[in-house]
Order: sequence, then C-alpha cells, then structure tokens
Amino acid sequence: MSKKIIYSLILLLFIFSFLVLFKSLNKVNIYIPENIFEKKLTNFETKDLFSNRIVNVYDNLSNKDFTVLNIWSSWCLPCRVEHPYLMKLKKNENLNMIGLNYKDKYENAINFLNNYKNPYSLILVDLDGVISIELGAYGVPETFIINNKKKIIIKKFIGPINDDKIEEILSIIK
Amino acid sequence: MIKRLKLICICCFILIINFSLSTANNQQFQIDKISKNLRCLICQGQSVYDSQSDFAVSLKLLINQKINDGKTEKEIYEFLKNKYGEWIVYDPEFNSSTFLLWGIPLILFIFGGLLIIRKVFIN
Repeated sequence: MSKKIIYSLILLLFIFSFLVLFKSLNKVNIYIPENIFEKKLTNFETKDLFSNRIVNVYDNLSNKDFTVLNIWSSWCLPCRVEHPYLMKLKKNENLNMIGLNYKDKYENAINFLNNYKNPYSLILVDLDGVISIELGAYGVPETFIINNKKKIIIKKFIGPINDDKIEEILSIIK
Repeated sequence: MIKRLKLICICCFILIINFSLSTANNQQFQIDKISKNLRCLICQGQSVYDSQSDFAVSLKLLINQKINDGKTEKEIYEFLKNKYGEWIVYDPEFNSSTFLLWGIPLILFIFGGLLIIRKVFIN
C-alpha cells in the first residue's frame, strides 16, 4: 500500500515538473529593467557636440520644469523612426531637450542632424558609452524624463518614442 | 663605481616596471572578477566578462573608472543594482522574492538528513 502511495507521489511530481517546464517553453524570459525611476540624476561632465567644450549636465537643465534626455546615434535605425516624435516634443514650452550622442562619429552625427533637423537645445557626447550606463541606460534609443528642480529622473522609456509614449510624457509634464 | 651605479639604476628601473605592471594586472584582475559576477543585459545568459556587446564593453570601462575613483567591489555592485535592479548580479540577495531559491536547498538538505538519520536508527 505504502509503495503505491510513493509511486503515485513520484508520478505526480513528474507530471508537475513536466507541466512547469512545458509552460516555461513558451515564456519569453528576457529581463527588462524597470522603467519607473524616481531616482537621482547622476551629474556628469562631457563634451558639447558642436563647441567641443566641457559642459556639466546639472548646469544645463535650464529654467524649464522638465528635461527630455534622449540617447541617440546616427547608426541606430530606431532613432530615425523616433526622430519626428522628438521634433513634436520640441514644440512643448515646458520641455528642455538634451541629446546624448552615443558611440558615434562626429561627421555622421552632424550629417544625421542636417538630414533630419535638430530637436535638441544641447547635444552631449558619450564616446565610450560610460555616461549612458551612469544614467542607467543599456542601449539606444532611450529617453529619460527629468524633473529639473529636483534633479530626479521621473521615468525612462526604452526603445523609440511613439504616439503612446508622447502621450505619457505629456501627461507626466502637465 | 660607475658600473655599480649603472647596476643600481637598472635594478631600480626593473623594480619600477615590475611594480607598475603588477598594479595594472591587479586592477585588471579586479575588473575581471567583478564583470564575471554581472549579467549582460544585451546578451542575456552571458556574463559581462564574456560578452562583447556595446553595453558590456562600456560597463567594463565604467568598472575601471569606479575602481580608479576608489570604490570597493561592494559599492560597484550596489551602484549597478540601483541602476538596473537585482537581476544584474549573479548573487541574489535573500528577500521576499528569493526566499524559495535560498530556502528549498536548505529544506531538502534537512529533509534528506532526517531521512538518513531515521534509516540509521531503524536499522
């Protein structure tokens, strides 16, 4: 009798394990860092793309309420997709637009801006990608919404900006 | 006299070179050690040490910078956990979401031990 119980327990365990593993086969198991931040913006110094002088990000958050810090690169295709949306955001008076040019060549970055127009009031250079990591990014494009007075990152958007994300940004900065 | 002076100079030169090489190796050892304990967010499943993605390359540079700034290994892990979450380190902390991960091996160990003791006593 007890042997029967043990065998049925083993069978149940086997079926349970099989079901768990079978269900996991279809599960997408890619980790994405959380996008609601409310974290302090790390201050950093880097070169301005146009003037080549060293600038401090805290000094350039401007007197507007919010800053959109967008990580972009000329070689990044999704950056081209999101570009018209950044041009839309530029029109908002409440926003200061800063670009962080990620691992790019100067000539290519300038060509990109000439071809697609410049939505940023300031473009900073991140040649080795270290500043992006200091910010908490892990690729391009990524967009951070910063509260200028508190110097806090309110939210970050991974991937290209689209209509839904624009709506979300506008609701944040209301 | 000049020969001796030359010999001393050569010895000093070798010592300085040796010292600078050993500190550089030490730092590289430290970077490797830390990056082996971090997961790459782009090539998930690989460590930052193994990965050659842009993210991993930049992260290794950042670790180097942090070590130069005098940050300890623990401080670097804390910094990255703050930026990317607990997931980035291979060594998960004991908390409400990981208690099963840490607890099950311990429970199985105790259960197995009890079974062995019971069997020994019955015999």
